[in-house]
Amino acid sequence: MSPDMRAPGGTEAEVLGPADIGRALTRIAHEILERNKGADDVVLLGIPTRGLPLARRLAANLAAVEHGVDADAITGSLDVTMYRDDLAHQPTRTIAATDVPPQGLDGRVVVLVDDVLFSGRTIRAALDAISDLGRPRAVQLAVLVDRGHRELPIRADYVGKNLPTASTERVRVLLAETDGRDGVLIEGPTGAGR
Amino acid sequence: MRSPHDIARSAHDPAGAPITAYLLTNASPLGGAPTDVLLADGRIAAVGPALRAPDDDAVVLDAAGLVLLPGLVDLHTHLREPGREDAETVETGTRAAALGGYTAVHAMANTTPVADTAGVVEQVWRLGRDAGWVDVYPVGAVTVGLGGERLAELGAMAASAARVRVFSDDGHCVDDPVVMRRALEYVKAFDGVVAQHAQEPRLTEGAQMHEGVVSAEIGLAGWPAVAEEAIVARDVLLAGHVGSRLHVLHVSTAGSVEIVRWAKARGIDVTAEVTPHHLLLTDELARGYDPVFKVNPPLRTAADVEALRAGLADGTIDTVGTDHAPHAREDKDCEWAAALSGMTGLETALSVVQATMVDTGRLTWADVARVMSTAPAQVGRVADRQGRPIAVGEPANLVLVDPSARRVVDPQRQATQSVNSPYRGMELPGAVVATFLRGRATVLEGRLVEGGHA
Amino acid sequence: MRHLLSAKDLSHDEAVLVLDTAAQMAATQSREIKKLPTLRGRTVINLFFEDSTRTRISFETAAKRLSADVINFTAKGSSVSKGESLKDTALTLRAMGADAVVVRHQASGAPHRLAHAGWIDSAVVNAGDGTHQHPTQALLDAFTLRRHLRDGRGDLAGLHVTIVGDVLHSRVARSNVDLLTTLGARVTLVAPPTLLPVGVEAWPCGVSFHMDDALAQGPDAVMMLRVQRERMSSQGGGFFPSGVEYSRLYGLDARRLAALPDHAIVMHPGPMNRGLEISADAADCDRSVIVEQVSNGVAVRMAVLYLLLAGSPDALATSQADDEARALA
Repeated sequence: MSPDMRAPGGTEAEVLGPADIGRALTRIAHEILERNKGADDVVLLGIPTRGLPLARRLAANLAAVEHGVDADAITGSLDVTMYRDDLAHQPTRTIAATDVPPQGLDGRVVVLVDDVLFSGRTIRAALDAISDLGRPRAVQLAVLVDRGHRELPIRADYVGKNLPTASTERVRVLLAETDGRDGVLIEGPTGAGR
Repeated sequence: MRSPHDIARSAHDPAGAPITAYLLTNASPLGGAPTDVLLADGRIAAVGPALRAPDDDAVVLDAAGLVLLPGLVDLHTHLREPGREDAETVETGTRAAALGGYTAVHAMANTTPVADTAGVVEQVWRLGRDAGWVDVYPVGAVTVGLGGERLAELGAMAASAARVRVFSDDGHCVDDPVVMRRALEYVKAFDGVVAQHAQEPRLTEGAQMHEGVVSAEIGLAGWPAVAEEAIVARDVLLAGHVGSRLHVLHVSTAGSVEIVRWAKARGIDVTAEVTPHHLLLTDELARGYDPVFKVNPPLRTAADVEALRAGLADGTIDTVGTDHAPHAREDKDCEWAAALSGMTGLETALSVVQATMVDTGRLTWADVARVMSTAPAQVGRVADRQGRPIAVGEPANLVLVDPSARRVVDPQRQATQSVNSPYRGMELPGAVVATFLRGRATVLEGRLVEGGHA
Repeated sequence: MRHLLSAKDLSHDEAVLVLDTAAQMAATQSREIKKLPTLRGRTVINLFFEDSTRTRISFETAAKRLSADVINFTAKGSSVSKGESLKDTALTLRAMGADAVVVRHQASGAPHRLAHAGWIDSAVVNAGDGTHQHPTQALLDAFTLRRHLRDGRGDLAGLHVTIVGDVLHSRVARSNVDLLTTLGARVTLVAPPTLLPVGVEAWPCGVSFHMDDALAQGPDAVMMLRVQRERMSSQGGGFFPSGVEYSRLYGLDARRLAALPDHAIVMHPGPMNRGLEISADAADCDRSVIVEQVSNGVAVRMAVLYLLLAGSPDALATSQADDEARALA
């Protein structure tokens, strides 16, 4: 476990650095392979925005460790906006692409990949979206950060870091592909660090 | 001395003595040097400095800073009665007129039934007289039923108790050139005048607003300027040919102003009218599809507005007429194409003229008296009673105006029964403080004086 | 977006957002399960004062595919045909609790009045008002152009589109001039002078009376507008002398089709007058995308309904808002 780095009186604190993230993703890749006895039927579906680059990195890790895995062929994206239950309470969201790998989802093990697991509503929407796309044999969930405060009976199978938070705090995940650098930050309710 | 407040009370008291005398101190007649004016027995009794009231019953009004004008004369009002009393009646319309500073209005003939007989014009005249707020002069239709085909009994209307001198099919154009010629000729016999609503019907079928850049963009059928100008051109030439007077109602385009200017230069006996809304508003207002801005002739471009102001300033346009056109709510609370055309205007006309012409330095108050009182009275042949000079011996048909006042227009609080005012929410300058009809106050302190007839 | 009343109301970015959203909607329509739960519980009312089976069905399909409830209110045989005013019809809709009203009306500006008169507070979608605008038609036309000529991405910068026909009476023409120009395309209008409005000089497009000259410019797309035969007669306004003369001068026939660049596509908002403004050859050739325009209409209308109804009423879409919101999820 990496030490928490709190900046006293600062606006935000970095709880995971690039090296931590890299190690977590390596570990998760190994856990996926162990649990599913290889990657034969595994499909990684990243939930945009940041779940997608995470899924790609996991796929690359799987391909690096396991023989015969084609990272591109097992990775896809799953936009869940149209299945959310909270649309009416927020500004209109842009709909991102849903791209299912050519072999489809039927009979496969779908591993949903997202950056932060919080209330669980995004994952519930993802399950509904999946059921309209096909019938996987199993659905598993990999997240970089689990910050607690679940509102639905949903749990992650693979977790990069468990991060107990106050519900008023904000967890921000930064990834090189989308934000220029890797990191996981916590912001207090007034922007102050803990 | 009695205060205006006392007048209101005694007006309801049957035992109260009738008011006969008003002493206006420090009034500015036609915007000129302040002086005192005494009204007694229905006439202007004295004009001069430091006048004294003739008796204790006289009411003194402090008119310092106020402009005194001859009572305004509207040659173009729609009182809607008989037939559309849901929009306005002679009573409510003339109340609005008095509040607007008017002492006389000419009521247009497009009522139901049409005012094309002596019977209907006498009815309207009587309603006006009984209401007692202003002198109502009914306008007679030119053609039977406004159908444009056969002359109405113009002679009978002229000879009736209403003594009609102005004839108009307003709302419709007398487009048949032969009918227009006959009408122009016929009215010479009784010093009448034909007031034309210039609109070539074939060029304006289904028209909704001015034809131009705005109409093309917002998809409303256009009413081209040429449809007005072509008729104005024809009519001035006809009037010149047969030697008749012609009055052109609501001139709305720069081209029409030029044609009238050309005709006058040739000695043709033509007079022209402009409405207050055409001096201020443009077709851009149609973009919101609010039918309160739907009017016939339509609001036109800024260039037309400027030409109309210049025409009024240089005398090409002789009169300001309100074309006060009240409409019931459901006739405006709908999509544009389904709405009727017209705007109310009696209570805002003077303010709009002040805003567009006086405050911009293009007309003096003396000019305002000319275009809103004297000239309309002359065209309507009532100049022996209305639009008179402010001089001793003249009938006391007068209006006191406060040019420094500013009011926000609220159609719900106007005396007119309808609320289709395009100035809703606008701040306009000037307010009528008092109106006198033959020496009797119809409006004091900006409010109608209820009860009692002169 | 609160309403969609006119193509003029859409900024470049808003227009691209609609097209991108429509692309995602189109993707869902090629799956086995075409229905999405996104607008469950919302009510969309189709208020069609003018007959139009195709557009109405397109909107109905779009709403149902998003699980919204749809109520169809057509003027024929309804209280409207008995003289009920637009206002009273609107108040009835308010009583029914509509989230969105899709309205087609013969009077220009009727949707604008519905949206702003204070009679209802639903979102209003203009499905065609008089000769004014038909914004979803322009959106599906832009979507079609983008798919064929810009690989389904971005905007239409650099494209040249020629629109031929009765521009004066066409709401499709007005909406397309606005939207295509906003998306960066260049538009040329071709029509006889009688069918061009006074004031067209102020529009952001070229104008030509000569179809062959216009086609010689090598446009990337030709959009043919429907011409109504009734407009020939004097009661109809006498706008052109005969159908034959119109076709000869302004019709898209095989000869003119052959003069187009190889990549150019042929479009028509429908319904077509085969033989008048467009020959059968041109309508059925392999660069005609007329049938596809219709199916793109459903995806585009799904996108419009989504963008108007899915979020909270007064918000505008930004992807920054997405990140904010997702941080709470």
